[in-house]
Amino acid sequence: MTRSTPAFSRRSFLSATTALGAAAALGLPARAQSNMTVGFIYVGPRDDFGYNQAHAEGAAAVKAMAGVTVIEEENVAETIDVQKSMESMINLDGASLIFPTSFGYFNPHILELAPKYPDIRFQHAAGLWTDGMPSNVGSYFGYIGMGQYLNGIVAGHMSATKKIGFVAAKPIPQVLLNINSFLLGARAVDPSITCQVIFTGEWSLAVKEAEATNALVDAGCDVITCHVDGPKVVMETAARRGAFICGYHADQTALAPDRYLTGAEWNWAGVYTGMVQTVLDGGMIDNFVRGGLADGFIKMSPLGSAVSDAARAQFEAAKAEILAGGFAALKGPLNDNTGKPLLGAGEALVETDIALESMDYLVEGVIGSTA
Amino acid sequence: MQHAVIRPGESALLPCLARRAEPVVIPLLALLAGFAAFSLFLVSQGKSPVQYFSLVWLGGFGSAFSWQNTLSRTAPLLFAALCVALPARLGLVVIGGEGAIVLGGVTAGALGAALIGSGPVIALPVMAAGAMLVGGLWIGLAGGLRHYRGVNETISSLLLAYIAIALMNHLVEGPLRDPTSLNKPSTAALPPDLRVGNIPGLDVHWGLAVGVTCCVLAWMLIDRTTWGFAARIAGGNVRAAQVQGLPVGRLILGFCVLAGGFAGLAGMFEVTAVLGSANGSLVAGYGYTGILIAFLARHNPLVIIPVAILLAGFQASSGLIQRRMDLPDATVLVLQGFVFLSILMSEALYGRLKPFVPEKWRA
Repeated sequence: MTRSTPAFSRRSFLSATTALGAAAALGLPARAQSNMTVGFIYVGPRDDFGYNQAHAEGAAAVKAMAGVTVIEEENVAETIDVQKSMESMINLDGASLIFPTSFGYFNPHILELAPKYPDIRFQHAAGLWTDGMPSNVGSYFGYIGMGQYLNGIVAGHMSATKKIGFVAAKPIPQVLLNINSFLLGARAVDPSITCQVIFTGEWSLAVKEAEATNALVDAGCDVITCHVDGPKVVMETAARRGAFICGYHADQTALAPDRYLTGAEWNWAGVYTGMVQTVLDGGMIDNFVRGGLADGFIKMSPLGSAVSDAARAQFEAAKAEILAGGFAALKGPLNDNTGKPLLGAGEALVETDIALESMDYLVEGVIGSTA
Repeated sequence: MQHAVIRPGESALLPCLARRAEPVVIPLLALLAGFAAFSLFLVSQGKSPVQYFSLVWLGGFGSAFSWQNTLSRTAPLLFAALCVALPARLGLVVIGGEGAIVLGGVTAGALGAALIGSGPVIALPVMAAGAMLVGGLWIGLAGGLRHYRGVNETISSLLLAYIAIALMNHLVEGPLRDPTSLNKPSTAALPPDLRVGNIPGLDVHWGLAVGVTCCVLAWMLIDRTTWGFAARIAGGNVRAAQVQGLPVGRLILGFCVLAGGFAGLAGMFEVTAVLGSANGSLVAGYGYTGILIAFLARHNPLVIIPVAILLAGFQASSGLIQRRMDLPDATVLVLQGFVFLSILMSEALYGRLKPFVPEKWRA
């Protein structure tokens, strides 16, 4: 993630027919395209109940648009493979707009290819674009930590043991923000709740994810969520062990309807159809776009049947607060879990704060270590 | 693998040709059989094999772009296949080349970061040497365990690959991490002068040329030196080699270290030519594709070159096939599986097909 560029949410980007004429000279042809080919590239299988499926659902929505042909490739490694996949889409299938969706596709792969193909638009999922990078590259991302905060509120109500668990891939800022948000949501219900985290070290490693889930349940955690590429294993394992589950990336209700509470989901369908429509209308997509719940970048899975009325009420109230904007999950006084002060009384980090994007700590109440 | 022996008194040319044709024709037949079985699979799925293979042609070999696509995927496969083929000549099945690739990449990334400012003339050779050394140590470890402790090298090299990946993650996320690589932990980005560029006139990096050269050198080592001869004897019958006084232990260690060195070089080129820093993207499965290539090439380093290009072509066309035929990515794995099986089964045919065995002609 960038640190130098301030984060700003662009609610209006979907109707980007505004005064972007000057920028239009740089990237896309500023004419309405009658038949456009849009390419999507995924790092894993597109039916992983997770990160890739969330993007594939967005692609499916684009597919339904008139005048658009969608081409997709899954299991494309973050190596020369993705460069060649993009070039193949451009050269052999005539793609003019490409969504390479994995984080590691950006640097160096997209940055290397973009100057070679100035008429092609590259849209990357993660807020990595900064000034000075090719103007035909755009990046977009959502404040999904807020979704984990809402997960935490429901988890806080539903936990009997007052211990909740988190299966995490790697201790990087995005993941740490999700862990901290999940706990802080639960602590908004009951400040005595703790959250145990286990890092598997890899984005997709089913065996370790299952082991971690079992270990969390063994340690007394009775609500589990995760941040790995495909939450399927975590969800199924936790549900089988009798724990409640909160989803991530996509809707996992189908995996265990009676144990699934809610989930923090990407809403790429709205984002992608908006971006494609912008191009179809001859407009320009902003190079740097972010949004949260209010902007339709993220959404929550429907609350499960097990969710209590009290949980439902606080969930809806918090959701309304977040929708109103300027919400801060991290509020002072707050220490990290080694006792180091993070925020003083009266200080807060709102969802759009750029400082959240270099997070390197776990807040107090999280059992685990970043190293 | 034994060379055809021509007995005195026989008219030499025809039998010699027949014997030489055997290792060419049988793998080709096996390849075709694999394709045929795969075609049946496609038909069973309601897809057209004709369309599949014409898309393979289009995506992998049909145009200048497709060729560059294929060739730019070939370089790491050449090194990875050498990592399997060299120990195989000694009768060892080393399948953990992935670990040496990953650690070679990390070593190159770390050395590159430390040598920023010293210029490519010094830095690149040091990075290459470091990557080869670490990769060589890693596979050498599997060879050493085999020779000194009797540990099965197939299993130990595979397990070492997992350790290598864990070690890479630890280093890249810990001591070697560039603090600015927030959500994608990496070593420090290499400056442009430490990046290996493309072969002039091609959109393919220099790793391909080095890889081809290494294949030729490996072939010369095996087929044209006493060391290679000794290794082949040890591979044929280790007891016989020991009785002859051949230094089997040193051969095993030497070949394993060299094999790992080649794999390390693959990692170095991934970092300097493609990724620009060492990170988790190094774990791309090249080491495992290399196993398939080495077996298809029957561990002949020269044959590795066309086989690697063929496999790279399949991978290059895989995306097109996904897009045009709506087949999942795993399709190419099914194809590779069929080909691998039929090549393995074809091993049973050597010496049994009459046209290739002059001794049976009169019978």
